[in-house]
This record gives sequence, C-alpha cells and structure tokens, in this order.
Amino acid sequence: MAVISDIRVDAAVTLPPRASRGYWASVLRRLMRDPVAVAAAIVILTIVLAAIFAPWIAPGDPYRGSMLRRLKPIGDAAFLLGSDELGRDMLTRLIYGGRLSLFMGVLPVAFAFTIGCALGIFAGYVGGWVNMVMMRVIDVFFAFPSVLLAIALSGALGAGITNAVVALTIVFIPPITRVAESVTTQIRTRDYVEAARVSGAGPLTIIRVHVLGNVLGPIFVYATSLISVSMILASGLSFLGLGSKPPEPEWGLMLNTLRTAIYVQPAVAALPGAMIFITSISFNLLSDGLRSAMEVRS
Amino acid sequence: MLLYTFKRLLYVTPVAIGVSFVCFLLVHIAPGDPLLAVLPADAPLELQNQLRATYGFDKPLPVQYGLWFWKVLHGDLGTSIATGRSVASEVARAVSNTLILATVATLIGFTLGTFFGFVAGYFRDSWLDKLASAVSVLGVSVPHYWLGMVMVIVFSAQLGWLPPTGAGPSGSSNWRPDAEHLSYIILPALTMSVIPMGVIARTVRALVADILAQEFVQALRAKGLAEFGVFRHVVTNAAPTALAVMGLQLGYLLGGSILIETVFSWPGTGFLLNAAIFQRDLPLLQGTILVLAMFFVALNLAVDVIQTALDPRIERT
Repeated sequence: MAVISDIRVDAAVTLPPRASRGYWASVLRRLMRDPVAVAAAIVILTIVLAAIFAPWIAPGDPYRGSMLRRLKPIGDAAFLLGSDELGRDMLTRLIYGGRLSLFMGVLPVAFAFTIGCALGIFAGYVGGWVNMVMMRVIDVFFAFPSVLLAIALSGALGAGITNAVVALTIVFIPPITRVAESVTTQIRTRDYVEAARVSGAGPLTIIRVHVLGNVLGPIFVYATSLISVSMILASGLSFLGLGSKPPEPEWGLMLNTLRTAIYVQPAVAALPGAMIFITSISFNLLSDGLRSAMEVRS
Repeated sequence: MLLYTFKRLLYVTPVAIGVSFVCFLLVHIAPGDPLLAVLPADAPLELQNQLRATYGFDKPLPVQYGLWFWKVLHGDLGTSIATGRSVASEVARAVSNTLILATVATLIGFTLGTFFGFVAGYFRDSWLDKLASAVSVLGVSVPHYWLGMVMVIVFSAQLGWLPPTGAGPSGSSNWRPDAEHLSYIILPALTMSVIPMGVIARTVRALVADILAQEFVQALRAKGLAEFGVFRHVVTNAAPTALAVMGLQLGYLLGGSILIETVFSWPGTGFLLNAAIFQRDLPLLQGTILVLAMFFVALNLAVDVIQTALDPRIERT
C-alpha cells in the first residue's frame, strides 16, 4: 500500500463501458433527473453569473467605505446584508468576492487537470521503469498532508494570488496524475488498443483516439470533486494572509478582517465563510451527482 | 511479519529522503536572499558574506543538501533566523501542543464518525442513512476555519460558556489535563473533529454495508445468532480498516491544523508556521514542515504495519 493522501483518491474510478456518441447526452439526462445535483448546479451558476456581472448587479462600490456607517447589521436600510469594518457594503463585496475566490479555487484544479493528465497518461502509456520512477516521485508529494503542502509552498514563495495558485496547482497534480495513470494502465491492456496497435496505429493516434477518449471523462469527474477542497484551501490561504491582499474583496480575506467584529456584528462577520461553505458544498454535491450519473450499470 | 515490516521500511526510506529533499528545496524556491530578512538593506558586503558562510548559503546546492541532511539525521534542524534559538527545540514544544489538540479531535471525530457510519450502514437508504450521509458531506465541505469562527461566535461571544482563544489560563506553558485547560481545548478540538468525522463516517458506512452483504452474515443469522452477536462480528470485521483511517486522519490533522490554530490562537505548529512565514524565517518553516511530514510518513508506516498485523485477510507480501 502506498502512502495515502487526504485528498480522496478514487480507487473506484471505473471506465465507462461504452463511450459512444450519445454517452455524454445520456449522462446529462441522468444528471438532470437528480434533484440534488440540479439544485447544486443552479447555486453554482448563480454565484458564477453574479461574479461575472458584478458591476451591473451589485448595489454599491466594493471599495468605497464610510467611517460613519461601519458594521451595520443585516437588514439595514442602506445595506441589505450589513456593512463591514470599514463601512463597505457587504452584499456588494460578497458578489465581487466571488470573482477572486472562484478564480483562485477553480484555476489550480484546471491547471492540475491539464498537467496531471499529461503526466499520468504518459506514465501509464509508457509503463515500465519510467512509470515506476514517476509514480515514486508522486508518492513523495503524497507524504505531505494537502493543507501543509499548500501552506509550505505558498509560505516559501511568498504571499500573493499567483503564488497561491501555483502552490495549489502543485498540491493537486499528484492525485490527478495518480488517477490518470491508473485509468490509462487499465486502458492500455484492452484488446481494442492492442488491435489498433497491430493494425498500424502510432502511439500518438492510440493516445488521442483510444486513451484520451476513454480516460478524460472519469478524470474530469474526479477533478470536479477537488474543486471543493481547492475553494476551501484557496480561501484558507487568503484567510492566513497568503493569498489576496486588502482591499481586494475575497471571501477568505474578508472573513479574516471581520474576525475582529465577531462581538459587534457576529452574523455579518460569518457571511463570507458561509459563501465559501455554500460554494464548496455545491461543488461537492454536483460532483457526486456527476459521478453517479456516469456509473452505468446496465 | 518482521519481514513485511522490513519491506515496508525499505519502501518508505526513498519516500522519506524525497520528503527531506522537498523540504530542503523550500528555502531555495523562496524568492530573494533568505538572509536579507534579518539584515538591514545597507549591511556591508563583508558581513553579508560572513553570515552566508555561517549559514552555509555560499556552497553549491547538492553540497548544501548533503550537509543539511547530515545535520538533520543528528537532530539538528538549524537555527531560527528570527529568534536565534534552535529550530528543533521550538518545533518540539509546538508539536506537543498540536499533538494534544489533534489527538482529542481525532478521538471525538472517530467516536461520532463510527456512530454515524454504523447507523447509516445498518439502516441503508432509510432517513437515518440520509441524515448521516448529509452530516458526512457537511463535514468534508465546511471550511473549518469558518466553523471555528462560528463556534467562537456562538459559544464564547453569545453564550459565554467557553474561552474563545488560547490553550489555557496561563498561556501555552504548563499544559495539564485539568478542567480549566480542558475548557480551552473543547472548541478547537470540536471544530477540528468535523473533518475526520466526515471521512470516518463515510468509510464505516461503506464497510458496514459491504460486510452485511456478505454470506457469512447470512449464515450467522441462519444459525440463529442474536442480532447483537452479528453486530459483534461486523465490528471485528470493520475495525482494522476503521482504525487505519483514524490513524491517517491524525496525521492529516497534525499537518493541517494551521488554520484552526490561527483561529483559536492555539500555540502549536500552525502558530509556529504562521510566525515563520510572516517573519520570513525559512529555517524554522523548513524544520517545522519536515518534522510534520516525517511524522506523517512514520504514521502511515505504523498504520500499515498494524493494520496488516490486525487483519489476517491482508497478504503480507
């Protein structure tokens, strides 16, 4: 047994029995029948759209505060969700905050998905000692709890959004590589791959047509389950002061600066964290729904 | 068994060396000169070079790694740039505080997690199962630093039942398991326990459902064994894996406690890491990470060996 990561590595990633043209359509159809997944998707879509169209829908300016109107409660006449410690409108900042928080949470998984797929498919396809060496190197990164690795890397690189994204990308490459490698190794020994090889297909063609076509789906679903962890970690880095900097609206950072207000306006102080929670759990539920929609047991 | 342990040790050694190399590199991926953090910008070049030689920064990288590794093997983790004290002593003190917190949290998480897991596994697809699954999803999705804040808001700020921060009335020194100190540990430990609770509940649920579906359970029931007797069989079958997951969770909590320690000002490794990062004290950062990661590797090894010893179904190859 190798060293296990606290990021859930899906040992049970199974290949779809038949990835035909109608496969994704049928996955989508099954997903639409899952009320929890649909609700989660709607929540995520709302938050993403609100973040994109923030300048048009936000009621105020996310940076302009007023010393006279600090820490107003939720439901205040001027501030629907209260105001923060510098008198800025919380609703506006929460809407704008989604921009950086989503960016910092989703981007590392997207990068790690690309890099991890490339590494894992390469290792799985080539096999032999190259595979062994690569997977042993990956094992080293599994020996760090994910939070520790993220903080160690971004702590060493220094505070900042770019460094936080780099650190989180490095955290997520090993688990994705491991899943990609195991799925590719499964595929490589299938008869149709052998048949393609015998009929003269080059390695690139085999990877493009047979491997990529079959492994991207399962790895993608696995990667979506990492977004929730990534959101929590990214905002956690900002919470520690390692991510975004004031006065940027970002949920983790807002949560940190509002810590001083927990005795004055506890409900307002807890709002940014509630946003992280809602987003993270929605991604988790959507990913679970996607996983069961892809498990075809016919 | 001895042979198996030896093989596992052999396997873990390159991983441990790799971990040490990553920790070593941490100082070198850091932008800028690690010494500039302690020196004034206008320090004379001579003094800079002298310091560089004292810390060994003037030698080529592989040599530095060799020297550093040799020292680490002898228990010397270097000197903190900020305080001038030995990193090993600073880390040792912090690790014991984190260990106390993480152990209490793991125990709470294990108790609640196995309870929810057993209930969910036994009454599959009932409302109890759905409730337990929901609790488990909540546990893994909640940003624990936020949960910590909410706990402080509710139990300290609003109700005034428990102290909001710190490890005890007299700060971090003289920790004792008495009532006063325990009141300080309740909130951070409860907050921290949510993660292992979710993971353990999920694992135990799957385990119990798996075991109940096996033929031997049917055979036990067929021969007329009371339900409690069947339950005992299920527990013995689920225990090795559940305990292994618990052991690993302890490792994650040790390494991942920084956010919760920051919220509760708990004087452990997280607190130390925080100080190291913001004072740019790279030797301290490196030493703390190394100790925590090695702890984790050792724990992994121990869990693996113990699980194999407990569970005769695992092949000792």
